Amino acid sequence: MESRSLLNHESLNHTLDRLAYQVFERHLNVSELALVALQPRGTFLGRRILSRLKSMYGTEDIRYGELDITFHRDDFRRRDEMLVPASTNLDFSLEGIHIILIDDVLYTGRTVRAGLDAMLDYGRPANVELMALIDRRFSRELPVQPDYTGRVVDVVTDETVKVKWSEDDTNNEVILFSSTKHDEVK
Amino acid sequence: MTKLSSKHLLGIKNISREDIDLIFSTADNFKAVINRPIKKVPSLRDITIANIFFENSTRTKLSFELAEKRLSADVINFSAGSSSVKKGESLVDTVNNILAMKVDMVVMRHPNPGAAMFLSERVDCSIINAGDGAHEHPTQALLDAFSLRERLGDLTGKKVLIAGDILHSRVALSNIFCLQKLGAEVAVCGPSTLIPKHIEALGVKAFLNFRQALEWCDVVNMLRIQMERQDIQYFPSLREYTMQYGLSRQLLDEVGKEDIIVMHPGPINRGVEITSDIADSEYSIILDQVENGVAVRMAILYLLAGQANSAN
Repeated sequence: MESRSLLNHESLNHTLDRLAYQVFERHLNVSELALVALQPRGTFLGRRILSRLKSMYGTEDIRYGELDITFHRDDFRRRDEMLVPASTNLDFSLEGIHIILIDDVLYTGRTVRAGLDAMLDYGRPANVELMALIDRRFSRELPVQPDYTGRVVDVVTDETVKVKWSEDDTNNEVILFSSTKHDEVK
Repeated sequence: MTKLSSKHLLGIKNISREDIDLIFSTADNFKAVINRPIKKVPSLRDITIANIFFENSTRTKLSFELAEKRLSADVINFSAGSSSVKKGESLVDTVNNILAMKVDMVVMRHPNPGAAMFLSERVDCSIINAGDGAHEHPTQALLDAFSLRERLGDLTGKKVLIAGDILHSRVALSNIFCLQKLGAEVAVCGPSTLIPKHIEALGVKAFLNFRQALEWCDVVNMLRIQMERQDIQYFPSLREYTMQYGLSRQLLDEVGKEDIIVMHPGPINRGVEITSDIADSEYSIILDQVENGVAVRMAILYLLAGQANSAN
């Protein structure tokens, strides 16, 4: 299995800064904004964007939730392994506000489809934008496009992209693996 | 571990501690779902479930039906009272006829012990036992243990008393298996005629004196006297039973248990095994049990449905 680094820790940090600034640029009114990160892997990106936005807006008061989409997936009973749910931590209504849906790798688009479905249980947002750190743009199975993209990656189908987040946030990295199965990437 | 060890849920006896933990962690997620404004998820939208009840039930049947609907499954209900069973059809024929209508899972209650096991060996779908005679009632035991875990955390070393009509109770047997697998100590208490012989062989203490049993326990699960299963007289009168084995505030005060947890699987006979003020008191988690019943049954249905297909 060959691997190659797409983004090292430093360049990933620059990308995170840029993503946060793009949100900051587009959304003047933080009181109408909410970040919703998809469980499990989108939360790593979500929390990092949240902490940057807090210092940009100069307020601790930014709505942030983590959404589990397991029960809304379209591959239940269609795969060998069982889908294990994670917890949803979303303690506010999404009714009428601007949502940024966050996931780390945008691949087939099916996770985002399930996320949009799961979100409706919490109200009807004014609009929803999508943020993905990595966009595998030629692998889409549904018509889903991100509004905020960290890096666009063109890879063939037997390659996988994995974002490694370190616990202490000192050694994050995006790595491309060749000739493996798509186990970690959705 | 992400999968149950069995395709069916026939009893607690033949599932593992890991299975129970998986059901509980999944039920935690479903409990969050049923407390949202929109209480429904689409997971089982392509599944049809038959609820086959050869015996009366209110709570269990409603709870299963609600769990199925909250998972978006299609549900058909069948009660023996109004069916061809009265015309002499056998159990396997009845169920096979229902399955021929493309049903994916069967939830069954039956008056005969072992009916769920019998059926699971003869038909090709997941069977969930919703009570088979005086044998097992696994979903009740799981929701009881789930409710206790919610209050007490880890159940290791906790002392649970099951009091009342142990002899005719499927809840008692499933609860004993489930609590022991979770590391709790279990005792039973009741008139000697209503305690099965050799129950100590299950590793269970047996008390005849209710007051001593209450002094021993952290949790008491009060069972109803099952008049409909009693073919002979097991005790002189209900009044005498209540005097000896009824749970009242006075008795709890005398025993000095201020943090006891009182459970009851329902239906309650108020004024017989438990007084109204205790059933409605701060000790009681009876309504928590009912709420958790839906979440636990959703978890079981979800886990069994998820692996039913991967087995094919």
